[in-house]
Amino acid sequence: MSSTTFWYITRASGIVALVLLTATMVLGLVTTTRTKARHWPGFAQQELHRRISMLAMVFLALHILTSVLDTYVHIGYLAIVIPFTSSYSRFWVGVGTVAVDLMAAVFISSLLRAHMKAGTWRGLHWLAYGCWPVALAHTFGMGTDAGEHWVIALGGACIIAVGAALTRRLRATGHRGAALLQTSHRTAP
Amino acid sequence: MTAVHITIDPVGCAAYGYCAELLPEAISLDEWGYPIVDGRPVPAHLLALAKRAVRDCPKRALTLREHTPDS
Amino acid sequence: MTRSVSHAPPRPQLHHLLGHPTDLAGHLATHGPLSLAPNQASWAATLAAHLHASGLAGRGGGGFPAALKLTATRPGGTLVVNGMEGEPASDKDKLLLTRAPHLVLDGAQYLAAACRADRIIVCVPAGRDSVASAVLHAIGEREKAGHTRIVESVARPPHRFVAGEESALANWLDTERALPVFRPDKRIPLRIGRRPALVHNTETLAHIALIARNGAAPFLARGLPEDPGTTLITIGGAVTQPGVVEVDRGTPLSDIAARSTPTGPVQALLVGGYGGTWVGPEHFATPYGSIPLRTIGANAGVGIIAVLGTESCGVAESARIAHYLAGQSAGQCGPCVHGLPAIADDLTRLALGQVDHALMPRLLRRLGEVDGRGACRHPDGAVALVRSALAVFGADVARHERGQPCAHHRAPTVLRFPTEVYVP
Repeated sequence: MSSTTFWYITRASGIVALVLLTATMVLGLVTTTRTKARHWPGFAQQELHRRISMLAMVFLALHILTSVLDTYVHIGYLAIVIPFTSSYSRFWVGVGTVAVDLMAAVFISSLLRAHMKAGTWRGLHWLAYGCWPVALAHTFGMGTDAGEHWVIALGGACIIAVGAALTRRLRATGHRGAALLQTSHRTAP
Repeated sequence: MTAVHITIDPVGCAAYGYCAELLPEAISLDEWGYPIVDGRPVPAHLLALAKRAVRDCPKRALTLREHTPDS
Repeated sequence: MTRSVSHAPPRPQLHHLLGHPTDLAGHLATHGPLSLAPNQASWAATLAAHLHASGLAGRGGGGFPAALKLTATRPGGTLVVNGMEGEPASDKDKLLLTRAPHLVLDGAQYLAAACRADRIIVCVPAGRDSVASAVLHAIGEREKAGHTRIVESVARPPHRFVAGEESALANWLDTERALPVFRPDKRIPLRIGRRPALVHNTETLAHIALIARNGAAPFLARGLPEDPGTTLITIGGAVTQPGVVEVDRGTPLSDIAARSTPTGPVQALLVGGYGGTWVGPEHFATPYGSIPLRTIGANAGVGIIAVLGTESCGVAESARIAHYLAGQSAGQCGPCVHGLPAIADDLTRLALGQVDHALMPRLLRRLGEVDGRGACRHPDGAVALVRSALAVFGADVARHERGQPCAHHRAPTVLRFPTEVYVP
């Protein structure tokens, strides 16, 4: 395969992975709220979250592999997991590596969920909140297609989607938490 | 032949309701969204769904217990 | 002058908890020393035999046989003296800890020696400083006299209704969170960290102190064959002489209530506290014992009898109790947190006569749904209380349902609630 082909696949799969990661984040955030779609059961939403995350991993793998195999610039295999070790665009590739590391932790901990304490799994899964903005930063920091209008629009849409989901989640959690730990209650007339 | 029963940890349960969606034959929800189980054993043809409900509960509040029937 | 030797058998001691000296010297003079056999294993067997023969059941509300609770416990743990007495209408545990602390502590020593516990912790809620001081004073007396084998100390959990539930107490001693623990299998013993814990009510331990010294016979000589011994009951409500009395198990409810001189005709008796049930006039002659009470839908639970006179509204008083219980939820389980306030609101509307046709079906449905769906029995107790109110005050309920509440529905309460809890 020519270097150019690798490069196109790297860029395309990267964008797709970002979109899929955004979708995963949004679904993960609204899982905890009661605002499920009326005709869409909650367990299906959770299953969708899982499957989209796996799809995101596939495209991420493609993105990483093609970027390493592309000989036009040198990004060694080591740079996949250790940040800031690539000779090409050390910083922004490194940022991408950080995102990969966080994502790998989340993904592997989910696969091994049954074997760890609920609190451990939860803590590790919260790393997901970190990997999304890091992935977004990598996308725009690398700069390859970041100037394109449609990419900027896509990035904006991703930010809006996650922002909305996060707002909803924060509001819902506050409401539920208060109800459950309420030890005083309305007094009678 | 062991009977499998659904047990809900009421402290962990946060009323996600996935269990009732997956297993409406055995689990219903009260007016506040918390699951009610009737205490009957899970029929064999629903066992796979019951196991899935256990796996899918975000709070790990659902468990399946086996009881050999006492004499 | 020679004295003739009497061949008559010595009179058996009368088993009773109240009326003994409070100080250590008086206590030892009355009851004799703490007679622990040097061999732990033989002591364990001896005590288990005494308890089994005595048929002593827990006096903290659970009514579980003390002998069984002992044999289920593993060594190396903590003996917890439950002096929490969360029921606002109960005073017996406070009384025992202030007037007979050595009986309670001796009972703990006997039990701890039998199950090889290495420490005894007396739990007195925060806010009851006079009780805690009395216990600490007694512990000091015992240390100075070298009277104790196993170290005794006092702990002060928060003053909440559910904090006295045994799993909540063990949890607090372990994690400082007084929250009941979901225990689907009660055979698995309580733990504090890695060490087992045995929790017993103060009154149960006081009985054990006497049974361990004197054998089961004096205990069996009182009460009923299937429910022997004495029991402490706090009587309150519409009475002129409220207080704690000691009665034989099996004494009729009306006789017990009479000892505190009700102010007028009695409409109903609240048996077992706010987690107990109402009993109507047709059952006033029921003996105070586990089986007779269970037959009429009540339970011997915590020794409390509150008298409701005819100048009160049973529905309104029950609404107050329901609000109190709702406010005392540990806040862990959805059905309790949401269900109890909803039930209390429905009952309040009923008390005020603000009834629509949907209220009763809704209330009954909620009672059925909340029952048994918490980690502890707090919601169950509330449901049983409300159900008994609907049954015992049935005629009154029917009037309220028609929008005609009785004349007394706004009368001030005759029941006791902690002052820091707002009750309408």
